[in-house]
Amino acid sequence: MARAAVLGRLTWQPATVAATRPETATARTLVLDVDGWTGHVPGQHVDVRLTAPDGYTAYRSYSISSAPEPDRLEVTVQAVTHGEVSPHLVDVAAPGDQLEIRGPLGGWFVRRPDDPRPALLIAGGSGVAPLMSMVRAATNPTRLLYSARSPSDALFTADLATARAASGGRVAVTHVYTRVAPPGWPTPPQRLDADALARVAWPRDADAVAFVCGPTGFVETAADLLVDIGHDPANIRTERFGPTGG
Amino acid sequence: MSSTNAGANAPWVDGNALAGPLGEIIGTDLTVAELTCANCRTSRPLAMMHVFDRAPGLVARCPGCDDVVMRVVHTSDRVLIDLRGSLVLSLPAPTA
Amino acid sequence: MGVITRGFGGRRRDDTDLPPGQYRTDDFPVMSAGPTPRIDLDEWELAVVTETGERSTWSWTEFTALPADEPTVDIHCVTHWSKFDTSWRGVSVDTLLGDIDTAAEYVVAHSYGGYTTNIPLEDLLDGQAWVAYEFDGEPLEPEHGGPARLLVPHLYFWKSAKWLRALELRYDDDPGFWETAGYHNDGDPWREQRYWGD
Repeated sequence: MARAAVLGRLTWQPATVAATRPETATARTLVLDVDGWTGHVPGQHVDVRLTAPDGYTAYRSYSISSAPEPDRLEVTVQAVTHGEVSPHLVDVAAPGDQLEIRGPLGGWFVRRPDDPRPALLIAGGSGVAPLMSMVRAATNPTRLLYSARSPSDALFTADLATARAASGGRVAVTHVYTRVAPPGWPTPPQRLDADALARVAWPRDADAVAFVCGPTGFVETAADLLVDIGHDPANIRTERFGPTGG
Repeated sequence: MSSTNAGANAPWVDGNALAGPLGEIIGTDLTVAELTCANCRTSRPLAMMHVFDRAPGLVARCPGCDDVVMRVVHTSDRVLIDLRGSLVLSLPAPTA
Repeated sequence: MGVITRGFGGRRRDDTDLPPGQYRTDDFPVMSAGPTPRIDLDEWELAVVTETGERSTWSWTEFTALPADEPTVDIHCVTHWSKFDTSWRGVSVDTLLGDIDTAAEYVVAHSYGGYTTNIPLEDLLDGQAWVAYEFDGEPLEPEHGGPARLLVPHLYFWKSAKWLRALELRYDDDPGFWETAGYHNDGDPWREQRYWGD
């Protein structure tokens, strides 16, 4: 029985688009209903497959951005110029459409609910998607540092504010803007640096676990900076889904 | 047939992306499997390997020395996993 | 076949001059099994090594001074895309091997970065193959195999080794990177020789 359950989630199954929500001008959240879905561990992803009438298929991996729940999951998709799958999901897919998904997938870049260690989540661009799931499901102290090009490129702004407000101090969110900062922002736009990280990092003896997700260059830089400021490399988990999803 | 991930700016993805394709064949999550690179002898989870998937097969390379630790090829009726670049593959022990 | 996705067009197939199982593309997809090597032209060298170990080498200046052709060919990738009328500039393998005495039957193409592929010598002669250094009138980009790559259009494109460093002539065959991992030793797209056993 357990073996069948494991294989079940590793094969393609239908998913129905229940709703869509725009996040930015080029990104959208899709709410998917899946029969028999039993939830996921924050950080996991699903593979989403599209099939054309002539049988041609294409799939991409998308992080689950919602908190775990039965029967339903949300993926947040950033449209990639000349991409094959993401433009369809962001511009064409509509409630009632059927897609296929495989998952939930991934056992390494995950934040288990019973992990007592505080978490430091570092997001670059659309890499915030799996970390949003961790924020929404947070039961232990969690700090998110989100680097985005500009306020209009940042995802989940309202939902992050809600999550922070509802968390009773458990969730902290800091934004860094690299190209355009909001009016009145205390610092000019700049890339993530050691100072910005040091301001949000947990003390060394907190044994915090760090999750970094975004484009490759961002992840390399952020992970190196974490090590530079004293974070234990063994407690850093990385995922690169940034611009590779097409 | 299916398409693959990487865009022109990101020639490789990390091993997390193999969870689906390999899971479907093996029946378990291989991204938590640790591979010991036959070249530099460093052990890392597959999730951390650099995976080149815009190719006739998947090629996983050691992030330290760039040597190939795993190749996966889908033929018409079989999937071949070439592990000559890894000395050891270890998995978490089953619990209970 | 499972769920058909509403509104997803997929790729259109054009059957003129297409080998079996291929579709036509106007893109030039970048395929790679590893990081793109960046080679300084001052350090670049092309070698032909015979079965007896005799080595002939060309520096970039010497290589690009050789008589060159400008072939226009169709190329076919085993991942199912074909691109028609691609134009190249390159030195014919006949020219490279012109002065070389050999009784070898097989060749292994070696790339910077470690990739290898094997091809029978007779598939590289008689105007069937080039070492190409320009594509579409421009210097060949690193992503597409520059400074110079092998170009063997009558075989699946994995045989057209990028970042070519050496052609090794051999008495015996030595299957390369993909040929040892499940891909067909010969790779003729017209007989759809994609995988072992095809």
